[in-house]
Amino acid sequence: MDGEPLITLREVSVTYGSRVRALQSVSGVFRAGSLTAVAGPNGSGKSTLLKVLAGVLRPTSGTMTFAGGVRPVMAYLPQLAHLQRDFPLSVEDVVLTGFYPELGERRGVQNRHRVRARKALRAVGLEGRADRPIADLSGGEFQRMLFARVMAQDAPVILLDEPFTAVDAVTTSRLIQLLLAWHREGRTVICVLHDLLLIKKYFPESMVLQGKCLGSGHTHRLFEQKLLSFDLDMAELRSPEDVRADHPPSAKHRHDS
Amino acid sequence: MTLDDTLIAPFTHFAFLRRALVACIVLSVSGAPLGFFMNQRRMALVSDAMSHAILPGVAVAFLVAGAGVLSLTIGGLIAGVVMALAAVALSRYAHLREDAVFTLLFLLSLTSGIVLLSLKGSNLDLLRLLFGDVLAMDDASLIFMTGVAVVTLHTLALIYRGLILDGFDPDFLRASGRGRGTRLLFFAVFMINLVAAFQALGTLMALGLMLLPSLAAGFWTRRVNVALPLGILIAVGSSIAGLLISFHANTPAGPTVVLVCGSMCLASALVGPEGSARIGLRRGGA
Ligand SMILES: Nc1ncnc2c1ncn2[C@@H]1O[C@H](COP(=O)(O)OP(=O)(O)OP(=O)(O)O)[C@@H](O)[C@H]1O
Ligand SMILES: [Mg+2]
Repeated sequence: MDGEPLITLREVSVTYGSRVRALQSVSGVFRAGSLTAVAGPNGSGKSTLLKVLAGVLRPTSGTMTFAGGVRPVMAYLPQLAHLQRDFPLSVEDVVLTGFYPELGERRGVQNRHRVRARKALRAVGLEGRADRPIADLSGGEFQRMLFARVMAQDAPVILLDEPFTAVDAVTTSRLIQLLLAWHREGRTVICVLHDLLLIKKYFPESMVLQGKCLGSGHTHRLFEQKLLSFDLDMAELRSPEDVRADHPPSAKHRHDS
Repeated sequence: MTLDDTLIAPFTHFAFLRRALVACIVLSVSGAPLGFFMNQRRMALVSDAMSHAILPGVAVAFLVAGAGVLSLTIGGLIAGVVMALAAVALSRYAHLREDAVFTLLFLLSLTSGIVLLSLKGSNLDLLRLLFGDVLAMDDASLIFMTGVAVVTLHTLALIYRGLILDGFDPDFLRASGRGRGTRLLFFAVFMINLVAAFQALGTLMALGLMLLPSLAAGFWTRRVNVALPLGILIAVGSSIAGLLISFHANTPAGPTVVLVCGSMCLASALVGPEGSARIGLRRGGA
C-alpha cells in the first residue's frame, strides 16, 4: 500500500546555539502514504525533527530530499506548548489561518474557504464554537481546533507534534479516527507521540529518537527489538548496542555508576 | 465656565496645545497597534529596554549636532540597533537569562546616556531628553511623526496576517514558507516609532501611548480586530483628556497624558469584562 520514498533524510543534524545538539546524524525515509509514529523521551529531538520536516528549521548539516525534487505541501500541527493559547482570536479565525500558506497577505478569504473551515469544525465536533475566543477552550477542544485547521489545509503530508496531549480517551479515539481516515486517503502522516499503546495499535511504522535515530521501520519489529517496549521507561532508552548485549538494562547502568 | 471654555477653547486659543494634540493623536494611531503586538509577544520588558537604548545615541547626537530632528533620529536609531545586537549576542552566547540581559542593557543605556549628556549639557537638556516636551513640537517634529505613522500603518497592513500568526503560532508561520520579513519589519517600525514618540514624551515615557492603551483594550475584548482600534481609541481619548487636565490643573503635559493612559489601564484591569480583577474575584469566590 505504501509507495515510493517521499521524504529522505541523510545524516541530518541540528544544533541550537553552539552547544545543544538536538539531532545527530539522523537518516531515514518516509514513504508516500505511510503512517509513522515518532517516539523518544523528552528532549530527544522529536519536535526538532518535525520542524526540519516542516521547513521551520534548516538542518545544521545533512540533507533532506523530496520525491520529484519538489517539497510537497505539508500541514503542520505544532506542539501545544509552542502556541500562545490566549491570543485574542476566535476558533474560526484559527482554522482560517490554515489558508495563510495559500493566500498570503493579499488574497482575501473566500466563501469556499469558510465552507471548508466550517466543515472541518463539524468533523471535530466544534461546530457550535466557531465564534468562541480560543482562550475559552479546554486543552482537548484546543487540540480539536488544531486538527480542524489541519483538515482545512487538505495537504498531502501531515505533521503532528503530540496531538493527543491533554486529550481525554474519548476525544483521542475520535481524533485517531480522523488520522486513520487521512491515512486511508493516501496522505503521508508523521506523528510525534508518547503513548506506546496507541503506537502499537495504530501506527504501522515508527522512528525512535534519542538525539540519534535509534531505529526506524515496522513498529512490530521495533517492539521485537525492544527499541519500543512497555517494560522500560522511555526515559531510559539505551543505544542499540546496549540492547543487543541483552543485559537487564537498569542493572547494567547501576554497575557502571 | 462653559463646556466650551473647558474642552474646546484651550485648543482653539493656544497653538502649542493644538500641536501637542496633533502629536499625541499621530503617536496614538501609529503606536497603539504596535504596542498590542508587543504585549501579545510578552515583550513589554524588551520594549522598555529598547526605548531606553535610544538615550545614549540621542545624547551623542545632541552633543555633536544639537537638538535637530534628523540628528536625534539617526542617533536614536543607531543606538537602538546596537542595543538589539547586544541583546541577541548576550542572550545567545553568554550565560545570562533574557530578563537579566534586558535589565542590564536598560540600566547601561539610561546611565551612559545621562553621563554623556552631563559632559556638556545643562540640566534642562537632560530633563528634555528624559521627559520630552510635548508642548514644544515644531513643524519638523510633527512632519516626522506623521511620516512615521503613515509608514507604520502601511507596513502593518502589509504584514498583518503574518504578524498575528507570529504571535499565536510562530512555527506555523515559518512552516508556511511565507512572511519571512515579518518580524524584522515589525521591529524596524517599532524602533522608528520609539524615536518619534521619544521627541514628545522622552525616553522615560515614550512607551506610554504605545503599550498602556492596548493593555487596557485587552480587558474589554478578546478579538484582535476589535482590540486594535479600541487601543487607538483609548490612546486618543487619554491624549485629549490628559492635555486638558494638564492645561487646567497646570501640570506637566506629557506625564499627565501618560498618567491618564495608566489610569485607564488600571481601571480596565479592575473592572473590564475580560480577565479583570473583578472577574477573577467573582470566580475565586464562587
Ligand atoms: N529553540 C531552542 N533553543 C535551544 N535549545 C533548544 C531549542 N529547542 C529545543 N532545544 C533543545 O533541543 C533538545 C531537543 O528538543 P526537542 O523540542 O526537539 O525535544 P522533544 O523530543 O520534542 O521533547 P518533548 O518530548 O519534551 O517535546 C532539547 O534538549 C531542547 O532543550
Ligand atoms: Mg517536543
